[in-house]
Amino acid sequence: MIVADRKSLQEILAMVKDNKKILIAGCKGCVTVCNVGGLKEVEILASSMKIARKKEGNDIDIDIHVLERQCDTEYVAGISDIVDDYDAVISLACGVGPQFLSEMYKDQTFYPGVNTTFFGGATQHGVWEERCAGCGTCAIHNFGGLCPVARCAKSLLNGPCGGSSNGVCEINKDTECIWDSIVRKKMDAGQLEDLIGVKGIKDWRTARDGGPRRSIREELVQGNI
Amino acid sequence: MSELKSGSNLEKVLKAGHFAFTGECGPPKGANVEHLTEKFQYLKGNVDAVNITDNQTAVVRMSSLAASKLMVDEGLEPNFQMVCRDRNRLAIMSDILGAHALGIRNMLCLSGDHQTFGNHPQAKNVHDIDSMQLIALVKKMRDEGKFMNDEDIDVPPKMFIGAACNPFADPYEYRVYRLANKLEAGADFIQTQCIFNMDKFRDFMKKVVDMGLHEKCYILAGVTPMKNAGMANFMSRFVPGMDIPDSLIKRLKSVDKRDQAEEGIRFALEQVEEFKEMEGVAGVHMMAIEWEHKVPEIAERAKVLPRPVV
Repeated sequence: MIVADRKSLQEILAMVKDNKKILIAGCKGCVTVCNVGGLKEVEILASSMKIARKKEGNDIDIDIHVLERQCDTEYVAGISDIVDDYDAVISLACGVGPQFLSEMYKDQTFYPGVNTTFFGGATQHGVWEERCAGCGTCAIHNFGGLCPVARCAKSLLNGPCGGSSNGVCEINKDTECIWDSIVRKKMDAGQLEDLIGVKGIKDWRTARDGGPRRSIREELVQGNI
Repeated sequence: MSELKSGSNLEKVLKAGHFAFTGECGPPKGANVEHLTEKFQYLKGNVDAVNITDNQTAVVRMSSLAASKLMVDEGLEPNFQMVCRDRNRLAIMSDILGAHALGIRNMLCLSGDHQTFGNHPQAKNVHDIDSMQLIALVKKMRDEGKFMNDEDIDVPPKMFIGAACNPFADPYEYRVYRLANKLEAGADFIQTQCIFNMDKFRDFMKKVVDMGLHEKCYILAGVTPMKNAGMANFMSRFVPGMDIPDSLIKRLKSVDKRDQAEEGIRFALEQVEEFKEMEGVAGVHMMAIEWEHKVPEIAERAKVLPRPVV
């Protein structure tokens, strides 16, 4: 899923400092799963903002609404009858949400309430880790099922570099050296030969380097499915 | 290895069977040419080639390409270091062509320290290709006369291709295979990370020799003389990939503070003596970090002077 972190209350308050009536829009997709933009988090943000503004002697009127998904025009259209009632809207969806909203409601201002960080999953309760860089050409089967593009700090295809120490990456002691894991997995499985030879240069056109990407499924476009 | 690949002095020295002795010089944090050329003078005539570091530890410095050219102008031979952190494939190939055009004939292909270590941790890192692929690219440009995309190069760049090897990084058991991969990619010579743990290096070289890798390239053992126990402590704790045995730190601490530099040099000289005899080692890469002025004395005492003229 897409993982995000809530922006600080201070930053969010600064965004809407001149507004008196706002909507906080949550999303039932990824951000609900990673506990940053679902109903609960929307309610907490609304309360915190109201308290903060009251303290300043500058009350704010806040409504909340949690969309099924903010990355789907069908659901985004669901707030068409209320969206103009507000000075501004804070979206707690990933970076896709406030853009879909901005594209559909051109006269409204949408602020991102979260920082979208990565594609990953929860490794334990409250801890999410990156697993995928969305490079557009998945080859994890060549690396013991572990992705060096996303998980090596230098995206090395021929690692590990000289900074790998005791399974830890050189950038900090909390970062696993994924190449250490790849090598150990291969060696333990008696598949060292998979790591002999030079892995070829990557074609980054399928990644963000090739420009903004688009995925077209003709059968769906034509309504056959 | 019958014909010369680049015709660099380093290549000729190694090919002639001499025990090579290379040095290292970091470009300035500024455009101070005077200071740089002053450092060159300590190295001139005392080493076969000098590594010009490329924004080492991810700290911005004068470009290694420009500093290498300044070195050529001063009559020394540079070993132009290039990291993949700061350049994509276009910039890499363009700089390789430029390097050849400026008279540079040695290159050391590196991934580069992560920018987190440096003075611009906010930077976007590139890593379009990695060091292994860079080695293969330089070889392709040199031997096939082709760019990465297979287009022909008009006057291919002739480089003596170097690569790094850190036997002290993990997983240790894999390091010799990674070295083998670098040779397969096309490395002509190897410069190792600074060696302090001699027991481990002896074991590593035994594996290298057992696999016959020393016959496919020239391996230069990395030596850094310690200035004092504090430097040893610092490197042990903060420099990635360093393996500094407690015994060395104890040895440095066992002498008076003002004698620690001499003790550090003594240890380095003992290492050089052992490397001269060690099977598979073709030379020493002396990294006297910001201690270039000590290189004449170190070279003299290491009995590697005069440097061969080939």
